[in-house]
Amino acid sequence: MKIQLTVNGAKRGFDVEPNTLLLNLLRDEMSLTGTKYGCGIGECGACTVLMDGEAVLACMILAVDADGRRVDTIEGLAEGSEPHPIQQAYLDEGAVQCGYCTPGFIMSTKALLDENPSPTEAEIREYLNGNLCRCTGYVNIVKAVQRAAEAMR
Amino acid sequence: MNINTHNSHIVTGFEYHAPTSVEEAVKLLREYGGEASALAGGTDLIVRMKDGSHRPRHVVNLKKIPGLAGIEETKEGISIGALTRIRDLEKSELVGKRLPVLQEAARTIGSVQIRNLATLGGNLCNASPSADTAVALLAYDAVAHVTGPGGERTVPLDGFFKGPGATALERGEILTGVSVPKPAKNTVGRWLRVARASMDIATISLAVTVRLKEGVAEDSRFAWGTVAPTPMRTKDVEAYVRGRKLDQACIEKAAGLASRSIKPRESGRSRGPYKRRVAYGFVVEALTSIAEAQK
Repeated sequence: MKIQLTVNGAKRGFDVEPNTLLLNLLRDEMSLTGTKYGCGIGECGACTVLMDGEAVLACMILAVDADGRRVDTIEGLAEGSEPHPIQQAYLDEGAVQCGYCTPGFIMSTKALLDENPSPTEAEIREYLNGNLCRCTGYVNIVKAVQRAAEAMR
Repeated sequence: MNINTHNSHIVTGFEYHAPTSVEEAVKLLREYGGEASALAGGTDLIVRMKDGSHRPRHVVNLKKIPGLAGIEETKEGISIGALTRIRDLEKSELVGKRLPVLQEAARTIGSVQIRNLATLGGNLCNASPSADTAVALLAYDAVAHVTGPGGERTVPLDGFFKGPGATALERGEILTGVSVPKPAKNTVGRWLRVARASMDIATISLAVTVRLKEGVAEDSRFAWGTVAPTPMRTKDVEAYVRGRKLDQACIEKAAGLASRSIKPRESGRSRGPYKRRVAYGFVVEALTSIAEAQK
C-alpha cells in the first residue's frame, strides 16, 4: 500500500504491507535506528516518536496510519553536530546510562516541553510515566527535564 | 517488505480495509463477521495481534471515517464520538466542566503515549471489566449509539457490556459514539482507583455521582470497575442512599452494602476479600468527601 509521510522534515513515500508497523518502517526502511524496540506492547516507551507533534508509540501504530502525517524521531532533533538543548541536558545531568530508553525519554520530554514549558516535578513524573528506565533511575532524568526546560525558556 | 523478524511480537498478516463511511464499515463487518476486527486506536487490538491471542483475517480501520471524533454539547447533554481519543477527553474543558469524573478516569488510563492513540470507542468495545471510561460513563447514565445493517439504535451503557470482551454489538454493528444526559447542576462526583503502579490496569475502581441537596442525596450512581465480569453498578446502594442525609450512619451502611454487592471472582487467585474491603473504604471516602464538599 502506498503511503506518504514527512519524517524529520523530509517528505517520503513507501509501499508497505498492511501489517508493517511504523517502528519497522523507521528502523528497517529508513535506517532510523534511534527509535528503539523495547517491549513491543506499549508498556516501556522506548519506541516513542512524535506524530503531528504528539508523543505516540511507533510499535503500536500501523505504518498505513502514518499516511499523511508528520513524524519526528530522535534523529531529527540535533542541528547538525549541535545537540538539542534536551539532549545536552540529559548529558549534563548524567541522565543516560545504557542509553536504550533515552531516545524515547527525550521525545517524550520534547512533547512535554512543547506543551508546557515550565512543568513542575509532579507534572514531569506524570508525563514521563510511560517511559521506563531500568538502569539510571529517574532522579537525574527529572533533573535533565528541568534543566532543558530552563535552557529552552 | 520485511517486518522486523527479531521482534518477539509480530503482527500477523491480514487483509486491510479502510472504509470512509459508517455504511461502508458496517457492510465490511457484516460480510466478514467473526473474521474481522474493527481497528480504532489499536492500543488493545495491536497488542492482542502481536501476542497471537487474536488473529483477525480482516482488519477494518475505522479512523478514516469522518465525523466520528469530537465532543459536543447538545440540548440534551453531551455527545462524544467513538473515535475521540482519551487524551482529548482529558484536555476537554467541556468534559472537565460537565463530566469531571470521566475526565479524571481518562487521566488514569495508561501513559500519555497510549492516551494519544487510544479512543473512547475502543475502550468501551474492548469491554474490559476494568475499562476506566466505561465505569465513569455508567455513573453518568451514558447511552451507546450503534449503527449496523438494520440501521441506528441506542443501547443504555448499563446493558452494553455482556462479559469480558463481549458487548451488545451484533454482527456488522459499530459503536459510533455515546451521549450523556446533562447532569443536574447539584451533581457532585468522585473517581477512586487502586492499581499496583500508576501505569497499571485498575485493580478496582469506583465512579460515584450524587445529586445533593442540603446534605441529602436526591439520587446517585455507584459504578465499579474490575469487581465483576463487566463494569457494573451497585443499584442496591443507589436505592439505599436515595433520599437520605449523607451522615456517618448512612455512609457506613452504604459502604457495607457495596462491599457485599460487588461480584469479584471468588475462585482461583481471587482478590475478592481484598476488593470487598477496598470497596467499603472507597464508599466511605467518596461519600464523606462529597458530604463535606457541600458544607
